[in-house]
Amino acid sequence: MLDYMTLKLIWWVLVGVLLVGFVIMDGHDMGVGTLLPFVGRSDPERRVVINTVGPHWDGNQVWFITAGGAIFAAWPLVYATAFSGFYWAMLAVLWSLFFRPVGFDYRSKISDPRWRSTWDWGLFIGGAVPPLIFGVAFGNLLQGVPFHFDDNLRSTYTGTFWALLNPFALLCGLLSTAMITAHGGHYLMLRSEGTVYQRARRAAMGFAGLALVCFVAGGLWVQLLPGHVITIAASPNALPDPLAKTVALVPGAWLDNFRQAPVLWGVPGLGIGALALGFAMALLNRPGSAFVASALAMTGVIGTAGVALFPFILPSSTDPSSGLTAWDAVSSHFTLGLMLGATLIFMPLVVLYTSWAYRVMAGKVTLEFIRQHDRSAY
Amino acid sequence: MLTDELVDLSRLQFAVTAMYHFLFVPLTLGLAFILVIMEACYVLTGRQVYKDMTQFWGKLFGINFALGVTTGITMEFQFGTNWAYYSHYVGDIFGAPLAIEGLMAFFLESTFIGLFFFGWDRLSRGKHLLVTFLMALGSNLSALWILIANGWMQDPVGSVFSDVTMRMELVDFWAVVFNPTAQAKFVHTVSAGYVTASVFVLAISSYYLLKGRDLDFARRSFRVAAAFGFASACSVIVLGDESGYTVTASQQTKLAAMEGMWQTLPAPAPFTLFALPDDEARQNRYALEIPWVMGLIGTRSLSQEIPGIREIEAQNRERIASGAVAVQALAVLRSREASEQAKAQARIPFEAHKADLGFGLLLQRYTSDYSQVTPDLIAQAARDTIPKVAPMFWSFRLMVLLGFAFFALFGLALYFSLKNSFMQKTWLLRWALWFLPTPWLACELGWFVAEYGRQPWTIYGVLPTHLSVSSLTPASLYGSLGGFVGFYTLLLGVEMYLMIKFARLGPACLGSGRYGASAAPSGALARPVDI
Repeated sequence: MLDYMTLKLIWWVLVGVLLVGFVIMDGHDMGVGTLLPFVGRSDPERRVVINTVGPHWDGNQVWFITAGGAIFAAWPLVYATAFSGFYWAMLAVLWSLFFRPVGFDYRSKISDPRWRSTWDWGLFIGGAVPPLIFGVAFGNLLQGVPFHFDDNLRSTYTGTFWALLNPFALLCGLLSTAMITAHGGHYLMLRSEGTVYQRARRAAMGFAGLALVCFVAGGLWVQLLPGHVITIAASPNALPDPLAKTVALVPGAWLDNFRQAPVLWGVPGLGIGALALGFAMALLNRPGSAFVASALAMTGVIGTAGVALFPFILPSSTDPSSGLTAWDAVSSHFTLGLMLGATLIFMPLVVLYTSWAYRVMAGKVTLEFIRQHDRSAY
Repeated sequence: MLTDELVDLSRLQFAVTAMYHFLFVPLTLGLAFILVIMEACYVLTGRQVYKDMTQFWGKLFGINFALGVTTGITMEFQFGTNWAYYSHYVGDIFGAPLAIEGLMAFFLESTFIGLFFFGWDRLSRGKHLLVTFLMALGSNLSALWILIANGWMQDPVGSVFSDVTMRMELVDFWAVVFNPTAQAKFVHTVSAGYVTASVFVLAISSYYLLKGRDLDFARRSFRVAAAFGFASACSVIVLGDESGYTVTASQQTKLAAMEGMWQTLPAPAPFTLFALPDDEARQNRYALEIPWVMGLIGTRSLSQEIPGIREIEAQNRERIASGAVAVQALAVLRSREASEQAKAQARIPFEAHKADLGFGLLLQRYTSDYSQVTPDLIAQAARDTIPKVAPMFWSFRLMVLLGFAFFALFGLALYFSLKNSFMQKTWLLRWALWFLPTPWLACELGWFVAEYGRQPWTIYGVLPTHLSVSSLTPASLYGSLGGFVGFYTLLLGVEMYLMIKFARLGPACLGSGRYGASAAPSGALARPVDI
């Protein structure tokens, strides 16, 4: 079996992979939801937009659920501390997600325009709010979160919901919403034609540009923030105890990892380059390449935040030494090994049958298709 | 500060959201397999009516499924948002089945449900049937993993406490997976889901038969539900008995409470058919007992005793006193100020009393200063280990009664199906129709017995409910609870509206022109009946 430190590192990467999987898969249908009221101006147009993700949004949402479950299993202290600390933010995500299953499934079952329009805006909320809050959450991670532990590792959060909505965090929220909406736009280009396609293309270009600006601005801003530096460290191989280290705050220290290993600059480089590429490919009417580019861009952006924070996952602003890291907030050696095995078995299967499902449903969704499937389509 | 108010509100919120979630789960579990059966008939016979059945019942399945998904996400969030200390303390074990549930079951179910609805024109008959089957398999596998997680809460096997990480850690995964409590719960729960879905199809088909419309469609649906329902009702009773048997080993308290056994009786103990349990006086009034039966169900022997409430409570008093020693020693081990020597000294009593640590933690509800612990306080904490008997006793009996009623209903439905005379038995059709809400009642009662009966623990014998909550303010809880109740009431209204609308429309809602008013009258017309 792999040694404990290696497993901890693998799980840091795996949670990252799951988060990236989530933004690529669930991200595109959330982006489609955000764009829905704007790229679809008539009911048949909106049905085209909805049916591009109709057969897939449910499976895609499992990336989100599985990422949550994996954090529970691999980083229980992070799951416990973050979810209870960000109580109202998590509830806002949850309650906005409520609109998705019912929005998709119930919307077209009744033809009353008010009913349909209500669910369209519900799908908008379900698409736009979660990315916004995830971005805001990442913005707060980079500034430290006000929590501390007692001797028995019970966490207490001393901040408020409104304090999460600070300028830097809102910038990150805007970045996250913009890149996911652009991603939805790219996907919609792939699966639609005519006016819907044209509107999706304009939206994709606009949001990719906005994401690029936000990402660069965030990068400049982060140099001014105090980064967390471990001054006395426990061995990465030790049994996890988040109270065994001491941490100091050093301005600009979130860039230390990049300074120490300059090759890592490639990660934000990927984010910037791929966002620009996504913009260009949409401009050139190459939706396939644009979609791949935006998937890479999101990998770069999330990777940048992860690398900057590493080894921290959840830094504490009020008691920095309580901050949670990839070394000391993890499950036991046995559980990490077990869950790695389960992931290696099931993840390839999931990718395989998900690809098959997309292949079966491939092709453009047209107004003609909606007319023919008035009763069975969403 | 963990006040009783905060703990009660957290429990109430979990109970409300979990019981609400379980309004949708059982129908998903069972209807998925009923769809598989109907579609298999279509693939084997090639008859259009079976495809129509799959699509129509599939439509109702979809309406129900949407809310199952919606309310299911809440459950995953809530361990973290409201039960943070629980999540930390047992996440090493409890998180694993939840993550595997996502990887193995949710992906399968949720990916293939899309193809089930939208793949009819794009897949061959065989492939579409496979898709439907994988969707049903996925939903049932998700029940497996969540019940493995829940079974571990009832009977925490395969794990040990570590004072360094201050949590329970997994040592034997297969013990958790093959935990008899979990396995018995799984089969009992999915069978209950199959019964629920069978009653659903039987009741709505009976409605069409009573109305005298879409007769061929309704007749075939009725038959499928009768056969599947009868098998499921048998299984739910047999496996309910099996979980009664496993509960004796792992959770004597729950058994004693649901049977109103105030003291240990000579083996084989009698079964109390009826009584008014009095929690104040701790005795049953007007008890009607059947000799031997309880001993036989509970122990499957004539000589083994089943411990009663007084004996369990006396035992727990001793364990609490012993556990208090472990808690005090643990405080020294965890202290950042204590010397190495003090820690080495504390290690000895800690190891000696570690097995009762969870019981010692029960005292935290009353004091954090264990030097103040008195025998009175220990007696009070021991009284807390017994859930209220009357609600357990009655919930359990009502559930069992309903179980036998389903058995009778499906037995008759199947019998008259085989005799091909159920169309004329309006009393049977009416019974089926009016029974529509009862399987949900039985399911909720079952969960009530299982979870209320586990109190005052979240993890039986390991972690008290009182300590499991997040450090939130009661104001936050009032806010979130209000939000959930508001949202859920609205969503339930919408769901019921659509469900009733489409059930009333019947297969005509598929728009094929073969059903409803536009359809040609089908053969053997029964007389429409007012209902």
